[in-house]
Amino acid sequence: MKILVAVKRVIDYNVQVRVKEDGTGVVTDNVKMSTNPPDDNAVEEAVKIKESGKAKEIVAVTVGEEKAQETVRKALAVGADRGIHIKVDGIIEPLAVSKILQKIVEKEKPDLVFMGKQAIDDDCNQTGQMLSALLNWPQATFASKIEFKENKLEIVREVDEGLETIEVNVPAVVTCDLRLNEPRYASLPNIMKAKKKPIEQINASDLGVDTKQRIEQIKVEEPPKRKAGIKVANVAELVQKLKNEAKVI
Amino acid sequence: MSVLLIAEHNNKEIRPFTLNAITAASQIDSDLHVIVAGNSCEDVAKAVSSIPLVKKVLHVDAAHYENFLPENFALLIVKISENYSHIISSANTFGKNLMPRVAALLDTSQVSDIIKVISPDTFIRPIYAGNAFATVKSNDSKKCVTVRPTSFEPAATSGGSATVEKIDGAEESNISKFIKREEVKSDRPELGTARIVISGGRGMQSGDNFKLITAIADKLNAAIGASRAAVDAGYITNDHQVGQTGKVVVPDLYIAVGISGAIQHLAGMKESKVIVAINKDGEAPIFSVADYGLEADLFEALPQFLEELNKLNTIQK
Repeated sequence: MKILVAVKRVIDYNVQVRVKEDGTGVVTDNVKMSTNPPDDNAVEEAVKIKESGKAKEIVAVTVGEEKAQETVRKALAVGADRGIHIKVDGIIEPLAVSKILQKIVEKEKPDLVFMGKQAIDDDCNQTGQMLSALLNWPQATFASKIEFKENKLEIVREVDEGLETIEVNVPAVVTCDLRLNEPRYASLPNIMKAKKKPIEQINASDLGVDTKQRIEQIKVEEPPKRKAGIKVANVAELVQKLKNEAKVI
Repeated sequence: MSVLLIAEHNNKEIRPFTLNAITAASQIDSDLHVIVAGNSCEDVAKAVSSIPLVKKVLHVDAAHYENFLPENFALLIVKISENYSHIISSANTFGKNLMPRVAALLDTSQVSDIIKVISPDTFIRPIYAGNAFATVKSNDSKKCVTVRPTSFEPAATSGGSATVEKIDGAEESNISKFIKREEVKSDRPELGTARIVISGGRGMQSGDNFKLITAIADKLNAAIGASRAAVDAGYITNDHQVGQTGKVVVPDLYIAVGISGAIQHLAGMKESKVIVAINKDGEAPIFSVADYGLEADLFEALPQFLEELNKLNTIQK
């Protein structure tokens, strides 16, 4: 079995994002970047499956600018075997990413594609579902548990009402929830070894995929700020304020 | 052209967020049609037909729609999409799961999680966990849009008389199968629509300690929320999680207890009308969004809070 894991480079989850003054986007210069957090869970799950003997090869893929390679390198350091970097500059929408990944799937013929359930930058939550649609594969989104049942997968999904269990045929696309597993840290020797693992670079334009933006970003602005609140001295004051000032209880 | 809204339901009742999505859809175009697909879901179709904003209901009954598998649903939506300018659903786990599959099959770049309709092609949506609002214009001829339910009022549910048209389903995909759903049954208000929410975080220290929260929730008729840390630690189930990758709530009163206030948690609750933070760390970021902050040990503050509430006899239900 072969697993393709898609990873995305995003502003680190601990960074307080700031909007650019000219309204064209958010500040990314000199800002710490990392792998999208649930993509780490996707890599971890693939590595665990390989360690259990069920998968032979893990290929990590990313779509983005030159530095996006760092996310593939990180995946290689925790256990992916080789990497693919699809180079493209500027904003690329989930639909275009899915079309690129479709080309890679056609070339690599993996049995499973894993990725995070949502990227924490654009918060779109689309790519996995779109890819599975284009491939006419089943989709298992928001997965918090993955089990092999003969030649199928049984997946527990986190949904609004609680948990849902589905069974999907293989090949399938699985989008991973943060609770799927605990991503490991790369050890120094493995980081060194990862430097020797191959990363194939492909220009998006060579794949024959239309990556033109379909959605114009007209402006990006700061959300309205909350006015500063107060500290109350004790519980009695809190309850009085809620009753008499805020009038919410 | 008309707009099509995909109703979320459980074959018996419409799910509440569909009503918020109907309001948003009607702001895009008043010729609003709603598809109710399921198994023996005629009661839902009938209920939707009495929503005044709805002009027409498309009702589909087939066994393979019973559990809303996206592989089957997407084929159905694509089949009937021709006469619609927009396909719309709520941006909860139902719509998030389904809509991108529809959009990809229609070769449309989806606009996710809108919080405002500027015009039929231009919307505002939060990005970066709500730390920025993007105004975006979709240039696709057919648009797929999901709606953040808490940003729109629920539509009125009675007084309308839309026609109900029964239509045929599409083929079954047979590549996925529903096994089971474990719903957490509760008499409390739903987290997404409750007027008051009280949430606990890592500071609760154990699942057992959530009983302090439960007692207050009972008193205030509040829903119970949690931070991701509390869910990850196993104190409480995932359906309670509030935040960027959990639920977004906009109650009249949000009480955060033992929650430090990570960016990802704030993304799910900072639009609440009144926010209370109870935390023993006076520097916790949650205080930066709180209208009323109480720097205190929650294990002392929560019992006192309940006691003070018991002294009031005018709690609104």
